[in-house]
Amino acid sequence: MELVSQHVKGIMEECKIRARDAGLCFDDETLEYIVTNRDMIELSPKVMIPTLYDYWVHDVRVLSGKGMYELYPSNPYETVINTRPAISYYNDNNPDWLNVMIFYHVLGHIDFFQNNLFYKNTWDIDLTGQALSDKRLISRLRAEKGRWVDYAIEFSRGIDNIVSYHKEINQYVMPRKSRKLSRVDFYFDTFLQVIKKVSASEYLKEIERYNLTSKEEQPVDEFFTQVTSIYPEFDEMFRKAAEKSKKNDLDVMEYIMTHSVFLREEDNKWMKSIMQIVRNTSLYFQPQIRTKIMNEGWASFWHDYLFMNDDRINGHETDYAKVNAQVTAMPKVGLNPYALGLRLFDHIMDMEDKGRYSLEYFMLRDELERREFNGQLNTGFDRIFKVREDYCDFTFINQFVDQEFMNRHELFVAGKRLNQKRLTWEYFIKSKNAGDYRQMIIDTLYHPPVIDVVPSESVDGILFLKHTFEHKPLKTDFLENTMIGIEYLWGGPVKLETHEPAQKAKVDPDYSNLMTPGPAVPMTKQERLDWKKVVYTMEKRKLTRQEQ
Amino acid sequence: MITLDELLQRDKQREEDGFKRKIRIGRLVKPGRGGKDKIVVVPTTVEEKFIHDEIKLDQDDTDGGSTSGTGQGEEGDVIGEEPVRPSEEGEGEGEDAGQGPGEGSGGEHEFEANAYELGKVLSQDFELPNLTDKGKKRTLSRYVYDLTDKHQGVGQFLDKKATLKRIVQTNISLGNIPDVSRIEPSEFIVSPQDLIYRILSREKDFESQALVFFLRDYSGSMGGKTTQVVVSQHVMLYSWLLYQYEKQVETRFILHDTEAREVSDFYKYHSYKVAGGTKVVSAYRLVNEIVERENLDRDYNIYIFHGTDGDDWDKDGKEAIEELMKMMTYVARIGVCVVEHSYAGKNKTEVDRYIRASGLLEKHPTLIKLDVMGEDSDDTRIIQGIKTLIT
Repeated sequence: MELVSQHVKGIMEECKIRARDAGLCFDDETLEYIVTNRDMIELSPKVMIPTLYDYWVHDVRVLSGKGMYELYPSNPYETVINTRPAISYYNDNNPDWLNVMIFYHVLGHIDFFQNNLFYKNTWDIDLTGQALSDKRLISRLRAEKGRWVDYAIEFSRGIDNIVSYHKEINQYVMPRKSRKLSRVDFYFDTFLQVIKKVSASEYLKEIERYNLTSKEEQPVDEFFTQVTSIYPEFDEMFRKAAEKSKKNDLDVMEYIMTHSVFLREEDNKWMKSIMQIVRNTSLYFQPQIRTKIMNEGWASFWHDYLFMNDDRINGHETDYAKVNAQVTAMPKVGLNPYALGLRLFDHIMDMEDKGRYSLEYFMLRDELERREFNGQLNTGFDRIFKVREDYCDFTFINQFVDQEFMNRHELFVAGKRLNQKRLTWEYFIKSKNAGDYRQMIIDTLYHPPVIDVVPSESVDGILFLKHTFEHKPLKTDFLENTMIGIEYLWGGPVKLETHEPAQKAKVDPDYSNLMTPGPAVPMTKQERLDWKKVVYTMEKRKLTRQEQ
Repeated sequence: MITLDELLQRDKQREEDGFKRKIRIGRLVKPGRGGKDKIVVVPTTVEEKFIHDEIKLDQDDTDGGSTSGTGQGEEGDVIGEEPVRPSEEGEGEGEDAGQGPGEGSGGEHEFEANAYELGKVLSQDFELPNLTDKGKKRTLSRYVYDLTDKHQGVGQFLDKKATLKRIVQTNISLGNIPDVSRIEPSEFIVSPQDLIYRILSREKDFESQALVFFLRDYSGSMGGKTTQVVVSQHVMLYSWLLYQYEKQVETRFILHDTEAREVSDFYKYHSYKVAGGTKVVSAYRLVNEIVERENLDRDYNIYIFHGTDGDDWDKDGKEAIEELMKMMTYVARIGVCVVEHSYAGKNKTEVDRYIRASGLLEKHPTLIKLDVMGEDSDDTRIIQGIKTLIT
């Protein structure tokens, strides 16, 4: 691994100037390295961070990566990592024109990393430095504790996908406001109305009395002295309600780190550092997983826009067209995040330029008028810059994949089904509806299960986890090993409440079809399922399952 | 960089620490033209986490899922199809039919080399037994040349140990060694005839040869894990035999649903899938036919391994048992592995039932073995299954 030559660096700096002129915004410093394909294979299990801690699973991935490379040699164009300064990796044999294109693409990524709000938790961290210090800590621990360090890493990584990323990012974007339940709120909102169910006139009388006391600038306590004399139970009920309202907002990892008796023991304290490292690393990469389509789309949009307006393309137009098409062509069947993201940014710009994100356009019903509608706002660029700042894949797809987008690019949901007679798999157009398409894309997005600790059930040394029901079962094969890990770190039995589909699905007879022949609306799989509540218990490395 | 051996060592340690093994021996297959696949054996592992699973219903075999698409057409239009049961012919073989056999023939070889390594790993690290009787009686004799014969005075390679022995003998008989406890080598009298050499000579070498039939049920019910388990086991079995027989192993691959067919290579063997019913007898019959037609039982130790989910339309297996009996006249071992679906219930599958009922297992315990495992079996269980099938 070495830095690119001065000549190549010069090309990069030239690209930066033009990208800035076009409105992209990023730090001055960047680092570009030349790597071999072999380096790439060894880096990729470490999410391209050269200084990430050592772990045997990474080694397994490297070995299988090498096997894969033996069968399918490939030449990746570039990889960028979200560090300060941003680091990117290249092959050493790229011609200059290709480097120009790649650098524009890379600058698109860097701009995205450094401006999209979902990355805000990563902005103030020097990741390579942090990772290096973590790596040193772990190798020091490994020298002391041996293979148990690897178990601690394994068990921590087993729950590193259910970290509370959104809570974390929320604290960065919107500093937390205290939401402590006040006595006054409880008295008027809950106690009088819900518990005592007093009449409206009595309620208003109390408000009047309260307003008087506060006007006389007497302490509010006085007001409540009278309350407690009428309702002696009030204080106790308020205390309980306040307790309840203090919602547990620790994620599973934090909860275990704070409350595990096992980890509190002097001999086991070191495991907390490992959990912390694993948790922080996971949080660091969460934004990247959640903005894949946008990030690639944004970078592709800019390499195209900037390179097409760059005189260095002269003479390489067809070469560029070929490379660009390989990256951003829409496959006939299948999903390409680069292609989808790029087209969607294009579409947003077009819609915004023509002022179609407006009530006027929305109300328009005439197809011909809709097609010709042009409000001539020409604010498309501003709009997409705003979108790259405020959106993640889910909101991006959910808001902007509309019927116009579907029609423009002739998109559809492609289904695959078995034709029993011909013994073939048939690909067919399942739906051209934007709603269906959105749902299909959203189903492919990263969405770890929501699993939290229930403190009220976590008594007598038990850790009680609840999987929030979302019409999705957990992968049962993985439960055992994951829960063995949690049990180990927690130092006691672990319970997990989840829902599973009942074996036999209930299919309602389809009466709608009897009177009016024609295609019935098929119910989705999820709707016709029966669900049952299941509690898994992990105790002494034995997993038991109990239906409820 | 850590090696495969170290990884396996570490995995063994896990078991001693009370955790399950996590390393699996995986294989990557790249289909090659004309059946010359390239297979690379690599370790794999899964990091278990809480993740969502797809909802699978029993009746949903016919739905292959959804993805994005682009192009013209109306809803409901079929835009393309691919055969469920790919044909042997026309898979690009036409294009390169003109190329000589020299081209790309390394494919088969590379798998062999890798599989041999795997077989070694399995025999050594997983403690699979070595074959006690390699059935030397059916042998292919050939000559090898080796420095085995000894010759006095002249030759290619001085055998120092034998020479020294000879010199000592000569000197004792000459009375040149007065005190045996104090030998002085510089006083030795050495005759040219005392020098013993090894010379190159022709040796007859007996090599056992094995022919392995792999039979796999590829009917509709064999979806997902059952197939994975069967294929995993067959790869390991093949590798192990390859190691045991010093690479002198030939393989035949047979797939069956209601009909059986032979496929030319491992890639096709493990990747094909159809959605039909199951008749086990079809595969057994085909094996018997092949053996008879090609007179294979004369030259080979024949092994037959069959992997299935135990489903058979022929409930009492009358015909299948008949074919099995025929097989027993020539095989070294039949190993049937039933991988049960988790919903099927223990020991309730047809194949399992009728093989047990037939009494063949008791009558010919050395010729046929049956092993039943769940579809969730891990590598340890699969390897244990191999032990059951081959011991």
